[in-house]
Amino acid sequence: MSRPAQAEPLQASAPQMRARPGRSGRRPLARRLWPAFMVTLTLIVVGLFLVLPLVSVFTAALGKGLGEYTAAVTTPDTVSAILLTLLTVVIAVPLNTVFGVAAAWAVTKFRFPGRGLLLTLIDLPLAISPVISGLVYVLLFGRQGFLGPWLEAHNLKIIFAPPGIVLATTFVTFAYVARELIPVMQSQGKDDEEAALTLGASGWQTFTRITLPNIRWALVYGVIMCNARAMGEFGAVSVVSGHIRGLTNTMPLQVEILYNEYNTTAAFAVASLLALMALLTLGVKALLEWRVGNGK
Amino acid sequence: MTAAPTLSAVRPTRRHVLPGLNLTLGYVLLYLSVLVLIPLAGLVFRAAGLGFGGFWREVTSPRVLAALGVSFGTALVASVINVGLGLLIAWTLQRYWVPGKRLIDALIDLPFALPTAVAGITLTALLAPNGWLGGWLAAHDVRVVYTPTGIVIALIFIGLPFVVRSIQPVLEDLGHEQEEAAWSLGASPTQTFWRVILPELRPALLSGFTLALARTIGEYGSVVFISGNLPFKTEIAPLLIVGKLEQFNYAGAAAIAVVMLLISVTLLLIANTVQARLVRRSGVAV
Repeated sequence: MSRPAQAEPLQASAPQMRARPGRSGRRPLARRLWPAFMVTLTLIVVGLFLVLPLVSVFTAALGKGLGEYTAAVTTPDTVSAILLTLLTVVIAVPLNTVFGVAAAWAVTKFRFPGRGLLLTLIDLPLAISPVISGLVYVLLFGRQGFLGPWLEAHNLKIIFAPPGIVLATTFVTFAYVARELIPVMQSQGKDDEEAALTLGASGWQTFTRITLPNIRWALVYGVIMCNARAMGEFGAVSVVSGHIRGLTNTMPLQVEILYNEYNTTAAFAVASLLALMALLTLGVKALLEWRVGNGK
Repeated sequence: MTAAPTLSAVRPTRRHVLPGLNLTLGYVLLYLSVLVLIPLAGLVFRAAGLGFGGFWREVTSPRVLAALGVSFGTALVASVINVGLGLLIAWTLQRYWVPGKRLIDALIDLPFALPTAVAGITLTALLAPNGWLGGWLAAHDVRVVYTPTGIVIALIFIGLPFVVRSIQPVLEDLGHEQEEAAWSLGASPTQTFWRVILPELRPALLSGFTLALARTIGEYGSVVFISGNLPFKTEIAPLLIVGKLEQFNYAGAAAIAVVMLLISVTLLLIANTVQARLVRRSGVAV
């Protein structure tokens, strides 16, 4: 009779002990409130700094209804800004992707003198103010630049024209793909490639069949981040563009012009297209991380 | 398969087994030189054309010094705040149950993906006296737009993901063992945080801080809208460069750019050194 009576309180206390291990003795209330406090604080910071701005872009864009929104994003100036942005991206992103792959191959598969310096130089454009990224090309190709007189004599225009915009954008997004690929290829080593070569594969076959599948997610990730920055670059492009309506305005510059004209709804309408691009980028990125996580 | 014939093709005297070093390295050096190094050399050359006296006069003029001060000061304040906010967010996401955790984690990168001009006009619209937050601020007599505070807020937005993303991998590796050991030895939660957790996080925090600082010092797009660009008060150095360019004062613009470049390169070197030390430390630990 006495045995089950003793066992019962023991059983009842066991889950309680597991739920609150020994250290719950001192200040249990404060400790229980601490996580709630931290979580609330985090939600406030994320809400104020990330969610609220994002929501307000779309609210301001659609504030005067869908008709106004459609009208704002289909004016000839805005359409030509969208086309110029796409043209810039179509040139700058592939250039930097090829560069990124080549740089990662050279830097991770081989040791050579000056390798550390090269790594730092690849990172350099990331640390340079966007305005300076535009300035360097104005100093080279501008009317009073080093090559300015020669360009003018041959009737070539780089600054205040699309070529300058492409150059400045390429500079700003220079390291995006390389930086994603280098750590991944570094950690993968070169054993797979060497094995393929010993088995008779050519260098190109080794790259396309061994290396490329190994780095594909990092490559996609680098390309979408490169694309996001290329589409949204403002400072560098602003310096070289000259803000000629319908000719040298990219989408971010069009946003600026509309905003400065107090055409707020139209400014936010164009901005909302860029914000959609940003959301899409984040979505693809989350999907990639989920895939890579599951792949492990 | 066809291993035998090609095996003989791989000469043991070759220094590298893998092909493509000459091709890729040559291409990388050419691309890097044409796109980055030669233009940067042109910048330095143009600034050097001023002579030492001219350069010094240009970069120590009161307006330039004030602009450099605003750029550096606001970036410093924003990056310090970001260390706190980044630690809070990374810690909470790692340790506690948070509603919509994966969504929040994905949103952290928004400042990387959202164009700076969009961030600039959005934050300005929110914080202006007729905006959602600005109305409340105005009722409490707080002005944010067209003040250094506004610049700091824009830079907090820009720099936040650098700190969070620097800390997250270290926090994930940290695990609970050391904390539990500290607790079981009688340390209070505060002691555990300051003496056990923070020393482990310090290199990552420093690296995140430096990356955020390097990025925010030169930030332009998100700042020009919210700052109001008042000389000596809220005029940032990149804007002064744009101003000099518009007056065709190329040498003056180049001189300010060289100073900013020196600051950025120094920060980059610090960040790389910290990162190298971090790798070495974890290498020793493993």
